[in-house]
Amino acid sequence: MTETLTTSSRAAEAATLRQVVPAGDYYIGLLKAEQVLRILDLEGNQAADTLFYSAENSAERYSATDTIREQGNVYLTTGSSLRSNENRVMLEIVADTCGRHDTLGGACANESNTVRYDLEKRCMHSCRDSWMLAVAEHPEYGITKRDIIHNINFFMNVPVTDSGGLTFEDGISAPGKYVELQAAMDVIVLISNCPQLNNPCNGYNPTPVEVLVWDS
Amino acid sequence: MSKYIQSIEYRTEIAAGGHWSLRLRRGTVMRLSDIGGGANVGMLFYNPENLLERYNAPDTLKCQHTFRLTAGHCLYSDMGRVFASVVADSLGWHDTVCGNSNAEQVAERWGARDYQRDSNQWHQNGYDAFLVELAKYGLGGADMAANINWFSKVAVDAKGNMALVPDHSAAGGQLLLRFEMDTLVLLHNCPHPLNAAPEYPTGPVQVELGLAAPVAEDDHCMNSCEENRRGFHNNALYHLGQA
Repeated sequence: MTETLTTSSRAAEAATLRQVVPAGDYYIGLLKAEQVLRILDLEGNQAADTLFYSAENSAERYSATDTIREQGNVYLTTGSSLRSNENRVMLEIVADTCGRHDTLGGACANESNTVRYDLEKRCMHSCRDSWMLAVAEHPEYGITKRDIIHNINFFMNVPVTDSGGLTFEDGISAPGKYVELQAAMDVIVLISNCPQLNNPCNGYNPTPVEVLVWDS
Repeated sequence: MSKYIQSIEYRTEIAAGGHWSLRLRRGTVMRLSDIGGGANVGMLFYNPENLLERYNAPDTLKCQHTFRLTAGHCLYSDMGRVFASVVADSLGWHDTVCGNSNAEQVAERWGARDYQRDSNQWHQNGYDAFLVELAKYGLGGADMAANINWFSKVAVDAKGNMALVPDHSAAGGQLLLRFEMDTLVLLHNCPHPLNAAPEYPTGPVQVELGLAAPVAEDDHCMNSCEENRRGFHNNALYHLGQA
């Protein structure tokens, strides 16, 4: 993947949906085939932990392994096809002013926070808890804990080193950066706007993102 | 005998295309040996007491700031606990981000799976191998997390391009896992999804099972980073009250 920044000509005023998602909160909603989703990093350096499910069958969902293997690259940017666990294309990234997004690092969870930071940080809010609340409050989508899996971290910078290390670095995002995706099938979008306070993924200061949807 | 092994109780071979699942108790070991070289063993872990708790590749990688798996690493569940430790490894690098071969890829590269023609030398693929084993526990495709590919090295360049390193696993390559909690283990000996060899691989893998030596205070895996000490603390809490 070359890190070419691709802007979009879509006007925010023409969007059929605009919703600000505060840090620590979630977004869940249907994106129909051909519709375009933009996730906008309003204040910069903010991770948006995102999962996609087939609207017809929630057991078919975004698969990080299929996605990176088929494109032969571990980073996501314009031109990346996001694949399902059945190796079908679910969405394509059609614009990206950030340049690189992570899909190796997974989401923060209270349980992994105890390992990464301190056993006594287990009650700090996490992405997985936001997702747990989302699926509990929205049984209509048929998503449960078993479907909550390896996600995308939009706006997050997690480089792999030559020697096989994985580093969490300061974000390369900034206020107003965005990523845009066009759906190739009807999908459920599930986003946790990351509340993590213990590493630089949110610049130690979680801030809101905005979700915008256009009909095409 | 490795200092991590008290005894080996069972030894078997998994032929190419074979798959298996079994429950291993806390305090047991599994040693995998690549008999002829060029093997790939796909592996997944679940908690038999709660099948929703499963191997989590992202947590395993980020908790230990690593992209590769090797000796000294712990293999984490999504609940902050350690299923198993990699206590010994002659290879230095194993993949956990590429997933499985699937029926379409295998058919394209080596011809379709056909039991009528090939009997048990058929071209089984990793995805279907896991589906079969998962179904034995009431699980399905939705439960198939990112798996480990033992014996396979996938390197990444500065731009993020991935490549399977050919001939990474020589004959005799070996690794030793020690189970730190009761674990349902699913495994297959199917080709790595990036394997472009001219023929479907035919090499068997030896699997040895036995009892682990007690975990020493200076254990390499438990002490290789602060994160792993905390992971072992979470396991201790999980086993509180158990002998």
